[in-house]
Amino acid sequence: MPEPFLIGDAMTGGYGGADILHSCTIAVEKGEIAVIVGPNGAGKSTAMKAVFGMLKIREGQVRLNGEDITALTPQARVAKGMGFVPQTNNIFPSMTVEENLEMGAFIRTDEIRVTMEQIYDLFPILRDKRRQAAGELSGGQRQQVAVGRALMTKPSVLMLDEPTAGVSPIVMDELFDRIIEIARTGISILMVEQNARQALEIADKGYVLVQGANRYTDTGQALLADPDVRKSFLGG
Amino acid sequence: MEPLNALVSVSNFMLIPAFAYGSQLALGALGITLIFSILRFAHFAHGDTMALGTAAVIGGTWFLQARGIGIDPLPTALLAVPFGILVLTGYLLVADRFVYRYYRKVKAKPMIFVMASLGVMFITNGITRLFMGVGETRFEDGERFLFTVRQFRDWSGLDEGMALRSAQAITIITALVVMVALFWFLNRTRAGKSMRAYSDNEDLALLSGINPERVVVITWVITAILLVLAGTLYGLDKGFRPFNYFQLLLPMFAAAILGGLGSPIGAIVGAYVVAFAEMGITFAWRRVVTYLAPEGMEPSSMMQLLPVDYKFAVTFAILVIVLLFRPTGIFKGKVL
Repeated sequence: MPEPFLIGDAMTGGYGGADILHSCTIAVEKGEIAVIVGPNGAGKSTAMKAVFGMLKIREGQVRLNGEDITALTPQARVAKGMGFVPQTNNIFPSMTVEENLEMGAFIRTDEIRVTMEQIYDLFPILRDKRRQAAGELSGGQRQQVAVGRALMTKPSVLMLDEPTAGVSPIVMDELFDRIIEIARTGISILMVEQNARQALEIADKGYVLVQGANRYTDTGQALLADPDVRKSFLGG
Repeated sequence: MEPLNALVSVSNFMLIPAFAYGSQLALGALGITLIFSILRFAHFAHGDTMALGTAAVIGGTWFLQARGIGIDPLPTALLAVPFGILVLTGYLLVADRFVYRYYRKVKAKPMIFVMASLGVMFITNGITRLFMGVGETRFEDGERFLFTVRQFRDWSGLDEGMALRSAQAITIITALVVMVALFWFLNRTRAGKSMRAYSDNEDLALLSGINPERVVVITWVITAILLVLAGTLYGLDKGFRPFNYFQLLLPMFAAAILGGLGSPIGAIVGAYVVAFAEMGITFAWRRVVTYLAPEGMEPSSMMQLLPVDYKFAVTFAILVIVLLFRPTGIFKGKVL
């Protein structure tokens, strides 16, 4: 089996105290959507942070396109083509939407206008509000700003930590549609989601974590069809 | 009723001096607000570093005067300002390197930063006095007046006169230019935007590849520019005495807090409010009111709410009232 585009391979580690992740493996293929689900405290966000380098892992490796990036800082990983959207505090609230996007492209030295237009095409509402302070927008619009900011570096992998936390179901469907659109352009998506059922529906690959370890790993559809998964994690 | 004379009198003794003083405070308060929003602490060494920067300008002025270099009718000190900025930038960066950087690295609480800046304040204060002594130094030269009381009276034919000192005019013009330049920098340039981003959301700024140490250096450079200009203009206007500069700490902080900490526009508005309140409450209104009151109703008292010595009490009262009733300030800043 060929190596996935991005893989956090058998990661073990935590925030300094006891280990939270126990030989946990998360991977995503080029242009696919991988979703991490699981009960509260399962280490979903921790696994994602480990992949992004925001947490030191004791054992295991993170490889991007075959290259070992385990030792790199998050900033260096951004330069390597990884984009990350934190769950909270993921925008610059007092800056305008356009300035948020500009800051996303801070490490780029080439022309960013084209990328910005692409993001406005993806999220048309942001074009209308581009002169408005991002902090004044609604929850769903702020998430769009946050995703747009991360896309400004033209990443090859986009990592989203609960992008639909605190937004209405309609906005959630809308966001998921946009995420599928982003994946179609060849960007791999790795996301953590509370809304497990909806997220698995759009997922090429699903990871069910329990207590920091892989419990079930399969395609999204297969997990949704699995009676054990349904009973334990999807509420029947 | 002589409203014109009243207006001229109040302009001469209150409005023009307050406007100049407010401009000087605004430059200082802008520095406080910038340091607070980017380095996230209250910079107590502000007044004394301002004195040190001004001392460097005075040194430069003497050097230039001794060589007969000047820009008459403008004060020679303006020519020495770049030198002062250079010295103060160096000093602040050294202080940052040896004092503040350590506390940034260990992520110390803001109060520890404040105490550290208090230490820097005492050292800076000592250095300034070592060079300048404790007495007053006057370094204003060039043309002292744009127009004098007599010239104004002859020109207008009014009983009351009004003078505009060049130091006041230079202060107001310089402050306006600097404010516009600062806003342009913060809102239009990449470096300025990265500062605002860092102030808004430190973690996300890091993720976006903004280098925090660079932001810190730019902040100190801008602070040095603001402080040297504010100190030089204040010194040209009122003379240089280290202790007065230390005392400016209170109105500058009051201005920044009143406007809303972290808000540059707030710092400017706050500075003018503090300046006009200080001057207005300690001003003897008798003459102005006499011109305005109907015949036979002239006041017999000085109509002065507080003696001039109490002007800092006015500022202090403003500070207390703001902190009690609206701690975020006029423009919704952060709470200290």
